[in-house]
Amino acid sequence: MTVSEAYLDNSATTRPYPEVTRAVAETMAENYGNPSSLHRKGVAAERALTQARERVAASLNVTGGIIFTGGGTEAINLALKGLAPGKRGRHVIATSVEHPAVLNVCEQLRAQGIEVTLLPVNQTGIVDPEQLRAQLRDDTYLVSTIHVNNEVGAVQPLADIAAVLADWRRDRRRVFWHVDAVQAYGKLALRPRELGVDLLSVSAHKVHGPKGVGALYAAPQTPLRPLLSGGGQEGGLRSGTENVPGIAGFGVAAALLRREGVEAAEKMRRLKKQLVEGILAGAPEAVLNGPPLADGNGNPDSAPHIANISFPGLPGEVLVHALEQEGIFVSTGAACSSRKKTGSDVLKAMGLSAPLLAGAIRFSLAPVNTAAEMDFAVAKTLAVVRELRRLYGQ
Amino acid sequence: MDNTYLIRYGEIGLKGKNRPLFERRLMDNISRALNGLGRARVSRVYGRLVVESDIDSALLVESLRKVFGIVWVNPTLRLPLELEAIYSGALRAMRDAAAGLRLPPGEPVTFKVEARRSNKSFPQTSPELNALVGGYLLDHYPGLRVDVHNPDVLVRVEIREKNAFVYAGDVPGIGGLPVGSSGRALLLLSGGIDSPVAGWMAMKRGIEIEAVHFHSFPFTGEKSLEKVRELCRLLAGYTARIRLHVIHFTEIQKEIQLRCPEELRVTLMRRMMFRLAAKVAGQRGALALVTGECVGQVASQTLESLSAISVVTDLPVLRPLVCMDKEEIIERAQLIGTFATSILPYEDCCTLFLPRHPATRPTAAEAARAEEQLALEELLSESLEKTVTEDIKARG
Repeated sequence: MTVSEAYLDNSATTRPYPEVTRAVAETMAENYGNPSSLHRKGVAAERALTQARERVAASLNVTGGIIFTGGGTEAINLALKGLAPGKRGRHVIATSVEHPAVLNVCEQLRAQGIEVTLLPVNQTGIVDPEQLRAQLRDDTYLVSTIHVNNEVGAVQPLADIAAVLADWRRDRRRVFWHVDAVQAYGKLALRPRELGVDLLSVSAHKVHGPKGVGALYAAPQTPLRPLLSGGGQEGGLRSGTENVPGIAGFGVAAALLRREGVEAAEKMRRLKKQLVEGILAGAPEAVLNGPPLADGNGNPDSAPHIANISFPGLPGEVLVHALEQEGIFVSTGAACSSRKKTGSDVLKAMGLSAPLLAGAIRFSLAPVNTAAEMDFAVAKTLAVVRELRRLYGQ
Repeated sequence: MDNTYLIRYGEIGLKGKNRPLFERRLMDNISRALNGLGRARVSRVYGRLVVESDIDSALLVESLRKVFGIVWVNPTLRLPLELEAIYSGALRAMRDAAAGLRLPPGEPVTFKVEARRSNKSFPQTSPELNALVGGYLLDHYPGLRVDVHNPDVLVRVEIREKNAFVYAGDVPGIGGLPVGSSGRALLLLSGGIDSPVAGWMAMKRGIEIEAVHFHSFPFTGEKSLEKVRELCRLLAGYTARIRLHVIHFTEIQKEIQLRCPEELRVTLMRRMMFRLAAKVAGQRGALALVTGECVGQVASQTLESLSAISVVTDLPVLRPLVCMDKEEIIERAQLIGTFATSILPYEDCCTLFLPRHPATRPTAAEAARAEEQLALEELLSESLEKTVTEDIKARG
């Protein structure tokens, strides 16, 4: 089969699995009761919720504590704003490579008088857990870390962070830990109980589920307050009649993740290697941003599905459109406008130079991608880069 | 029950023998602006138009305030030819108009009554009506004072054949001439701030606008084209619909980039745009080009550049913004509602082809020499072949 299109923007969103769209449509058409209703249509809808809840919990290696939300952003907002600071809590720590959903909530907390410390990262986008240790204070009540960065795929050392927090908790008062696992979900094993994570956010549409659904895992005894008040759904933490079709679709996507297991991650890792090596071999001036490719032993710092590559001297936005013309769909964080020279904050935090910032594009993979698509993407990318360099007189 | 509105127009009253044509055009444009909102009947009465409609009056006035050619809109009471009815109508109109003034409470309101009796069979004369209605209002509306020179509220009473019309409180329209009464022109529409304003101003003078946009995919993305469509949609709000010609410009841009001197690139690009627009104008029976150019704004808008560019076409080039300041243009863009869309950050990446030091005083001869490196006619016809035309309607 010849390849004519490759969707490599899976960190933006994924194509829902057919099983998912079927579950959403069937639930919407047939299982339309309100889960709060007493009659059997209500009970049937509630059963769908329960099944989805169990499936999502299993995919996160937990047995309960799942609160369904309207997506990853809402899960993050509920975690960070819903957590009560307690009497002495005045300080929050996060990394400087968080998703805007976290960074902007931190800005709001700051406006409310909470102090926020953002931990620096090294040039591959990874924090040093010792930095966290140095910044922890008696009034620190919350630490939020992204698991896999959405732009470069840097994997934060959660085990080491967990150790630092465990030390801290042993000696002093309680500090809560939120992990933004939106990009890690389905790519790396999530073990919140084992690591002592209190709150963990995921989104359905990044793992071939429907848009508009996400979940927050909250460990037992986490003092959360709801953002929305109303009928008291989701244990009082997320009022509003549940999005039963979306949640059912999320459940199916979560079940499929479990079935794919580590093989999917291994496959993506192989594809990413093929893609990156192919591009760098044909365009030696290109630079892989973030952690290097996995070596023989597997590099724990790099997510299997994200490759952020800079083509210095070429504007990322033009590359995106030129690739789109060839049937390849990718993303850029940086705007190309000559007037507004802003680049990605994450890449800036990693200390990238201006040409690397402007010329960065992100390829992001899914288990549905194939080796033939990678060959296609490599060939087209190299051709597009050559043509643009000719035009720009480089 | 239907509400009645008097529509007054200015300039088109002056247009001599063409006047019925202009009025017809304005009536059509009004009907079109109100189409789909509810029932509306437009008729002509003694040098003004009357709209009778069941449409929510705030919505109707808002819609009429986007129809060029209307100078004033007056919500009006249509009353039987009886003194008592005129009294109570005048009181109601007075109250509504005074409420609209937003004066501080307790502040006296000044007013004046202006009656016009064109139906001479009505027993009272105009001066008598002025006195009678004025007296009634003074008796029934506390805190009212007469001021015949500079009243806060002007209460008008018109005695016609079958009805009396009473109104107070003028809502200004946007003026200008009815769109379509001055022929058709082609607007060179970019995604920026200026060109939509230029198009709006041309429309205000009664010109029917069709837009051409030069699309250089992949150097400009699908989102920038969406933005241009949205600008058309906003402009269509003043005329119901805009025809947009999306001209494929990529090859021309590449060829100029590869074959011509860097400092002339912008001049050459603009010359190609003008040639293409002129060709589309020919096909569409348009009589002029409209651009958002403004003297001195950028290198391509010096007088030298303007002339080196527009020399490629015989069509008149209308530049409504030519002597406006950027601040004035922005203010106007905000007023007409295109500003927020224009500043969306899908900046077109053609800017990436911009020379570092563009020529500010290019000559037509220089440009023509540089163009010898281009297969002009081929490039132009190829671009036109790939042009896609779409009709963009106002948001309903």
